[in-house]
Order: sequence, then C-alpha cells, then structure tokens
Amino acid sequence: MRQYTNKQDAQKKSYYDDRFFITPQLPRVCASEDEVYAADIESLKSHVEVLESYIEAEELVVYVNAADNVKAITYLRDTLEYDFLMELSAIDYIKDRDGFEIFYEMLSTFKHKRLRVKCFIAVKEELQSVESIFKMANWSEREMYDMYGVKVINHHNLKRILMPDDWYDYPLRKTYPLHGDETAQWYEVDKIFGKEARDVIGPEERDQAAVDRYDTTRFARLGHEVEFGVDITDGKEPEHTPISYQEEGGVKLFGKRLVKELREDKSITLDKRR
Amino acid sequence: MQQQVNRLKPFFENINFEREDNTMVVNFGPQHPSAHGQLRLLLELQGEEIVKAVPTVGYLHRGMEKMAENMMYNEFLPTTDRMDYIASSSNNYGFALAVEKLIGIEAPRRAEVIRTMLLELNRLTSHLFWLATHALDVGAMSIFLYAFREREFAMDLIEDYCGARLTHSSIRIGGVPSDLPDNWTNELSAYVKILTEEIDKYEGLLTENRIWKMRLENVGIITPEVAKSWGCTGVALRASGIKWDLRKEMPYGLYPELDFDIPVAQTCDSYGRYKCYMQEMRETMKILTQLIPMYENSEPQLMAHAPSYISATKEDIMTQNYSLMQHFVLVTQGMRPPKGEIYVATESPKGELGFMIVSDGSPYPYKIKVRAPSFWHTGILEDLLPGHQLADVVTIIGNLNIVFGEIDR
Repeated sequence: MRQYTNKQDAQKKSYYDDRFFITPQLPRVCASEDEVYAADIESLKSHVEVLESYIEAEELVVYVNAADNVKAITYLRDTLEYDFLMELSAIDYIKDRDGFEIFYEMLSTFKHKRLRVKCFIAVKEELQSVESIFKMANWSEREMYDMYGVKVINHHNLKRILMPDDWYDYPLRKTYPLHGDETAQWYEVDKIFGKEARDVIGPEERDQAAVDRYDTTRFARLGHEVEFGVDITDGKEPEHTPISYQEEGGVKLFGKRLVKELREDKSITLDKRR
Repeated sequence: MQQQVNRLKPFFENINFEREDNTMVVNFGPQHPSAHGQLRLLLELQGEEIVKAVPTVGYLHRGMEKMAENMMYNEFLPTTDRMDYIASSSNNYGFALAVEKLIGIEAPRRAEVIRTMLLELNRLTSHLFWLATHALDVGAMSIFLYAFREREFAMDLIEDYCGARLTHSSIRIGGVPSDLPDNWTNELSAYVKILTEEIDKYEGLLTENRIWKMRLENVGIITPEVAKSWGCTGVALRASGIKWDLRKEMPYGLYPELDFDIPVAQTCDSYGRYKCYMQEMRETMKILTQLIPMYENSEPQLMAHAPSYISATKEDIMTQNYSLMQHFVLVTQGMRPPKGEIYVATESPKGELGFMIVSDGSPYPYKIKVRAPSFWHTGILEDLLPGHQLADVVTIIGNLNIVFGEIDR
C-alpha cells in the first residue's frame, strides 16, 4: 500500500512524537494586567467589537471581526497613538479552520508598546485593504496575496510581488509542497524553451541535494569512475575505466611538470579506495 | 544533450521607447550595477524628470519563509545569513533572540558580550559598505577604496572569530559557538583606533564637498509622516527627525548597560541620512570600546543551560551518557518550543528586523514571517522618485541602503 500523505498539509513533519509529551503554551495573561494595555483595550472596546484579547510574550493581542479591520486600525493609529504598522501577513489555517488568520503588527513610539490586531477570514472571503491608513500595506498586502491568495479589496494594485505574474498557486499555503508542484517543475522549461522541449529537457529538479546515481553526465562517484555520458541505467558498469590525466607525462604548471603522471596500477591511494 | 535555441523573446530590452505624450519609459535594471542587487525600476520620464516609478522586486526570491516551515529551528539559522548578507550576524541574532524569547531562555553574559561585539562589527561593515557603494554610485571613487580597506579589517576580525567573512552563522540559539580567539580584543581595540581616525578622513573628503552636497542635499526627502506611513525604520526614520532606535527605546541584550547616543537629523534628505550613518559608526565604536572590559569581567560560560532545548557542552556530550542522548534527540528531532506566537524585533544596520514565529509545539515552526526593513525602503521608491531627476535615482537607491537578500527573502 502506498504511504498516506496528507495533501492538505505538505509541510515536513517530525518523524517521532512522544505520546505522553504535553506541549506547553506560552503564558497568556489578561489584558488588564498591564496598565497601558488595559486602558487601550477599554478604549478600543468602546469603538469596535473585540472578540478576544490577551497579553502573550509582553505583547497585547486583539481579535476583531475581519470586517472591522480598517476601523480598528484607524482608531489605533489616530486615537491610541499606535503610529506604526510594522508588519502584516496571514497564517494558513485552511486544514483546521478553513481560513486564514490575518495579523497586523503595530507599534507605538509614544508608549513603547507593540500590539497585534488579528482577524480571521474564510478562504474565499475578501479582506479590506488598510493601504489608505498605512502606505506600507501596499506592498505587504501584495505579498500576502502573492503568498496566500488572500483577496484584498480596495487595493490599487493587487498584483503578485515576489513570484512571477503568471505563477500558479500560492507558495506559502500548507498545501503547496516545498519543492513546488508540477506546474512549477515545468515553468521555466516552458517559458524559455517552449512546451515542445519538455521531452528533451525534462522536469526541473528543485531539490538541490538530489543525486542521481545513474546520471553519469552530472554526478561522479570516487573510486567507481565511469566515462562521461555512459549509459549505466541497467546497473551494469564497465569493468574498468582508465583514469589518467589528459596531458601526457603529467600536468604542466609554471613550465614544469609539477603533477606527476598517474599510474593507476601503482597508486596506493586508489588501491585503498577500492 | 542537444543545444537548444534560446526562445526568449526580446521582450525586456533595457530601454523601451514609447512616444506617447512625449514621455519615455526606461527600464532600470534588474541588472543595473547601481540597483544594488536585483531591482527593476520602471521609470516614466518627462525629459530627465521622473513622472512615475514602479519598483519591481522578486528576482532573488528563494522562499525562505517556506523553507523555514520545513526546517528545524537550528537548521534555519544558517539560512538567515542569506537575508541581509552585508550584515549576516544581525539576522542570526534576530532569529536566535526570537527563538530564545519563545522558549524562555537567556544567553549567558559572555555570549551576550560576544554577540554584541559581532553585531556592532556587522553594523560597521554594513555602514562602511553602504558608504563605499553609495559614494561610488554618486561618483566618489576614492572613498570606495578607503572604506573597503577598513571594512576588510572588520571582516578579518569576524573571520578570526567564526571562519566566515560573508555568511557568518556566528550566533547560536542560546549563545555563541565558541569563545574569542587569543588576542582578539587587542586587535579589536586597534581596529577601533584606526577606524576612528579614518572616519574623520572620510568626512573630510565628503561632508563639505561641494559636489557631494549638491548631489545629496534636498534629494529624496522623506517627511516624518511618509516615513511612518511607509514603515521606515533605522536611519531612514532617524534622518526624518524621529529619534527611534530599538537599542535605546525598546532595549534588548546588553544595550541597556551601554552608553551611546542615537544620531538624528532633521533635514529628512539624503544628506541627513549620510550624516546619521557617519555618526552612527562613531557611536558603534564607542560601544565596542565599552564591550572589551565587559568581556574580560565575564564568566566563561558560552551556551545557556536548558537541556530540553539546547545541547550540553561538548565536554559533557563526550563524557556523560544522558547529555549525549539529549544531544542526539535535539539534532535528529529538533527542539520543541511551547505553542504560541511571538514577534521579536531588533535593530539591524538597515532598520527594524523582526521575526514573527508561530509555533504549534512541533520541531518545525508553523510559520515564520520575517519583517525585513529594506522591503519597505524599496516600496517607498514608488512615492519618493517622482519629481526627481534621473541622475538622482542612483543617489536615492544607494542612500536608502537596500539589500535584496532581505527584500526578496
């Protein structure tokens, strides 16, 4: 039977899990524990609906409805003095909850505090752009769209930013394999040489550590040398392939033969290696 | 294999003339030497004046955030070198600090001192590199040679410590891999002495230089409002009159104990940024001088003691069975941090470098988002360039100190 692989989650998994190991959770404390945050959350609650809030790793996390994101961030910037939006992106929870968590990482240079606004959207739902509030969202939302396929509305130029415009699928989704899908394997071949060259060139190998034992044009094995391009796919290797330097009498360097000619039958190193 | 005819159509020739409304579209990059990497700028020109600019990035995209999700925490650390490759230790530190905060450990004091030394040396190499290439772009060739000469010393120091000059990986999660070599601190203080003199010479060549001033003053003005809106950090923000340096304002590591100033400029232009960079190098040397006695007064422990996350010392691994077993598990399975989300930002030479780690308790991070400062320093070109002359483009790109390793990640 073929081994089961979860197509919904192509991420690498640990090969061993201790059944009795209970994973700890970073401690979460109530927002009222910190003076500044307590005041902020009270003020924010009066303005938008706050679903959940807590302090994790000394940072206030606030969950709001996805429809309120612009409202919440405008309020945070204008009234609560969170004057920087540092980062925004999505977290893929398609497998568990069929959607994305969007986070907005904000910073207040007046209060020396960070605050994370989070909201949840379903896979095909749309998200309002915050570009009108913070211009940095222009590129961040493009990146989010590029990597996760989150549709952002009211963005003036929602195009892919890091991947090519005609790329298929969204690379940072958990469903996307690390080495790319089948479309990715043929992307450059099709683009540069045309589809008719697929047979000649073959799919692109994106695993850089891949070694093909039978490929004698790109890989060599020490002690088992074969001539360049010999077909050994049937497993039969030539009995003996002479290995000698191309220059007769050794390699010439600085006008002298500094590297002696290799005598296979007398080489101790080669003998040992075999 | 048969040689194939290249079928790429001459689609992106370097210059594309479009005679509509008398404007011209120039394709600047992605192979332009002044683009400092793989930046493609589409510029619409009216005569020599830029009407519209569209920066295009992604030519160096290696999918680091995807790679991170498929790597254990310790495996990912060398990958962070390849982000801001001009100052790779600062990326190592940003990541290591984020993981340390997540698992709740602190590096021992000596490790922290060595880390800070490396960070500040990296800041120097980065700023010197910036000065050299920026001056070269603007047309001052000799500065390039001088600054690279001094940068070489700093690189040698880093090489003496970790063996690498570009991709250092000199910091580990929980500490540093090794102690400083003999005589290293003496060489460091000698270097600080040399550079203190040399920086005055650079400034002597540039600061009051008429051409330099003409090329930089009132070029690339980022007002404080724009800087905030675009998420500018680092010198780009400080030259806009906002005194914000994470080392001072939200300190981490040893910085609360160190005495240094944050240079600020009010001019908001390229010249102000240049002044900030120069002053910041002097402040960095102040920090380095203070670190040497701190190093000498510290205990020799280099890695934090946290057996469930960090391998024991080599001596313990070689002599004690349980340490060896733990080391084996940590290498093959990786550490399992608690569940949770954490965002940790450090002040890298380019600005705020943030690592957002979402952990689900497994050895592979659920998500890592890297907040690379250069990303938005490139995005701002869209708003910054229009209205400038074509010749100012290289000044502005060079001046913003963008590195494509961290933009494309």
